[in-house]
Amino acid sequence: MPTLTRAAAALLAAATFTALTACSPPEDKGDDAGSGAATAASAADLGGLDALVAAAKKEGQLNVIALPPDWANYGEIIKTFGDKYGIKVNSAQPDASSQDEINAADQLKGQDSAPDVFDLGGAVATANVAKFAPYKVTTWGDIPDNLKDAAGTWVNDYGGYMSIGYDSAKVPEPAGVAELLKAEYKGKVALNGDPTQAGAAFSGVVMASLGSGGSADDIAPGVEFFKKLKAAGNFLPVDPTPATIESGQTPVVIDWDYLNVAQAAKTPTWKTVVPANAVVGSYYVQAISKDAPHPAAARLWQEFLFSDEGQNLWLKGGARPVRAEAMDKAGTIDKTAFGALPAAEGTPVFQTQEQTDKAKQYLAANWAKAVG
Amino acid sequence: MAGVIARRRRRQRVLRWVVLAVLGAFFVLPLVAMVEFTTRGDQDTWRLLVDWPLLSQTYPALADGIVASLGQAGLTALLMLVLLVPTAIWVRLRLPGLRRLVEFICLLPLTIPAIVLVVGLAPVYAWVNYLLGGSALTLTFAYTVLVLPFAYRAIDAGLSAIDVPTLAEAARSLGAGWGTVIWRVVLPNIRSAVLSAAFLTVALVLGEFTIASLLNRTNLQVAINFLGKSSATMSVAVSLATLLLVFVLLLLLSLLGARRRGAGS
Amino acid sequence: MAEKVITPDLVALRPGVRGHRGRGVARTRSLLGVVPFFAYVTIFLIIPTLVVVIGAFASDQGGFTLANLAALREAYILQAFGRSILLSAVTAVIGAVFGALLAYALVTAKPGGLLRRAVTAASGVLAQFGGVTLAFAFIATIGLSGFVTVFLRDDLGIDPYAGGVWLFELPGLILVYTYFQIPLMVIVFLPALDGIRPQWREAAESLGGTTWTYWIRVAGPLLLPSFLGSTLLLFANAFSAYATAAALVSQGNPIIPLQIRGALTSEVLLGQQNLGKAMALGMVVVVAVVMTLYALLQRRTARWLA
Repeated sequence: MPTLTRAAAALLAAATFTALTACSPPEDKGDDAGSGAATAASAADLGGLDALVAAAKKEGQLNVIALPPDWANYGEIIKTFGDKYGIKVNSAQPDASSQDEINAADQLKGQDSAPDVFDLGGAVATANVAKFAPYKVTTWGDIPDNLKDAAGTWVNDYGGYMSIGYDSAKVPEPAGVAELLKAEYKGKVALNGDPTQAGAAFSGVVMASLGSGGSADDIAPGVEFFKKLKAAGNFLPVDPTPATIESGQTPVVIDWDYLNVAQAAKTPTWKTVVPANAVVGSYYVQAISKDAPHPAAARLWQEFLFSDEGQNLWLKGGARPVRAEAMDKAGTIDKTAFGALPAAEGTPVFQTQEQTDKAKQYLAANWAKAVG
Repeated sequence: MAGVIARRRRRQRVLRWVVLAVLGAFFVLPLVAMVEFTTRGDQDTWRLLVDWPLLSQTYPALADGIVASLGQAGLTALLMLVLLVPTAIWVRLRLPGLRRLVEFICLLPLTIPAIVLVVGLAPVYAWVNYLLGGSALTLTFAYTVLVLPFAYRAIDAGLSAIDVPTLAEAARSLGAGWGTVIWRVVLPNIRSAVLSAAFLTVALVLGEFTIASLLNRTNLQVAINFLGKSSATMSVAVSLATLLLVFVLLLLLSLLGARRRGAGS
Repeated sequence: MAEKVITPDLVALRPGVRGHRGRGVARTRSLLGVVPFFAYVTIFLIIPTLVVVIGAFASDQGGFTLANLAALREAYILQAFGRSILLSAVTAVIGAVFGALLAYALVTAKPGGLLRRAVTAASGVLAQFGGVTLAFAFIATIGLSGFVTVFLRDDLGIDPYAGGVWLFELPGLILVYTYFQIPLMVIVFLPALDGIRPQWREAAESLGGTTWTYWIRVAGPLLLPSFLGSTLLLFANAFSAYATAAALVSQGNPIIPLQIRGALTSEVLLGQQNLGKAMALGMVVVVAVVMTLYALLQRRTARWLA
């Protein structure tokens, strides 16, 4: 008897399991019967920007994810958007990674708390295009073609160059990447994240590679650089955070220039330098979720971010907005903020998809050996 | 012989105090360091911590995490009791053959690490999200599984101490239904075991991080970890406060156990 | 001898004696009582485990594949397993030795006295004190601007991090893990030490044995199965631990639980979900082996020290 019960239980379990993995829960079709915003591919589809604003106000809320308030001035952007349109912005998981955003969208599909919009790294975006709804903002024409998807499923929003941030009261200014190997930087150099996990750290290794004689195709010198850094005792295996920078635990940080620039607010002696001829640039990517619970608000958010106001707010946070060239020509750009961006000598390098993939393979196999 | 015993006692006493001193220093040091870290310089860390309205304004993520954890602890304790107590009693009374199986299942979570469990929970939680929403309180289901080993052991120990079949038979022969047997006859007799299981559950839930963090929900430990990135001192202060709270809980638990032993013997 | 007539009333009073159909019905009704428990456990424990086990053999398209298991042979994953096992073994042994010493110290104290109760209660708390809070406690103690670090640097002129910051790597993990391994050992090993009868000591001494012979010949062999079993339990505990390492280590994934996290959340190396499941399966196998050995040793222990 007991064996039969046990066998029956096991069979039941196996059957249930197969059923579970075979089918996901049914999708909850959102209630957008009135506005039709879920399928609008531009503001014109809804009858103009004012109609979009009205539809968004009716929805009343917007779910954003992975937007730390001190990342490229997102705190002010969220507040300005909320105040301007009277829409409540729910900001979830500020320290999530791009993959976490996609995971959250998958797990919460059909729920009211699912993310409406994404701000992703390029790799994760191109891998998940099927989850995005195409939408072209009114200022679509200002954006260079190589920085957007032709169908409108994703578009680069802001970017920056990889930089070295340092506390000028504690360490001398590093002229280039190779300087960080000197004795003055012993136990002081931190990389923002693990390159096999975080896109920002990955770009940091690419910058190290460019500064050590490598190229966009070859990340090996960068990995070698960090190995030397570790051997010299200069590499600090700590994730730099605003807390560690403020307390002085991480006097030198390799990170995006807009993130380093933002630290000067709390640490006045914090300076940022983009190493000459080792300029790695990357843009982040904005996309709207296909199953967004608040589709009109999501599209209005997009319009706001790519309007002059939104782009200038990013500029205020030290990031380079994607419409910078067009706005500079039209004279709508915030000239003081634009001029305050860290100077970048040398041609910026933007890796292509193939170069990134090749670099990732190398990194996966060799990073742990070099630094682990 | 007496001299030998006395000498042995002396050596044991010396060993005891040396071991306690050395290990005691090791264990107390981090606690002292936490207190020193949070009271360094002129900061109002502790004053801010006890001021709830100001705390939820300054650190909303932390306040959310605390509220979520308290809810999870309460709900998990409730679900654990509703699930385990009737089952344990029922198995003892009617299905003694299944006892080994139930024990094995309750010990299974010790063999399956939380990190492994959370990898497999993703499709299950897709359904939970669909049926009940994505709130942090739905973690209760996963947490109840995590506390099974400890709670079952406590309740089983309590049931072993009383003669359940006799009590149940007596109650049934007087006309009681099964509900009355469980609720009014057996439960009052295992009160301290049930309380002990509840305390252990609360302690475990307050300290849980793995499942909450990898299922992207908030919880006290997740909030503390996030807080550590922006404010080192506040996160250490909250850690210390949580530790003290759990210590008080488990101290109450051990006093309760001592009283029961004292009363019973 | 008058035969007892089995009347229906007597039948009703003796629940064991029923008709064939009655027993089946009673059995089914009994089983119904445990259905909620089994259903719950199936959904939230068995199914996730099956998802992991079966997912480890699933390819991205859904077919059967051994590629994920083959990928486990990559150098960095094998190293992570190696480091996990090293970390667990070292902290298990350190925890076992010091924990056993502490447990012995408690046993020699007055049974039921304040010292024993206080230390046992403290052990209960500290054994659970893991995860994020423990990591932050150690950062506050011996982190870059911790209490002890500042003291050593400013007052004694010693820089504990002259050779590199070890707190956030394997040596640091070993130090932090012992903090909850030692109390766990105390909790698990104390009952075995309580089982040692003082008569055995007296018998050994009355036969002319010294302390040394007592421990080597009498108490040692009796305690050995329990000691080894507890060490194994400590090993499994350290091997499965995730939260402490997740909060402490921010660069790199030196141990397997962190590698699993990396496989699930990395935004650089995508599509590693099934590799994560394969690693999880590896973890389950290791822990299952350890726990089986533990169960066998427990049975040995129960013979003498129950």
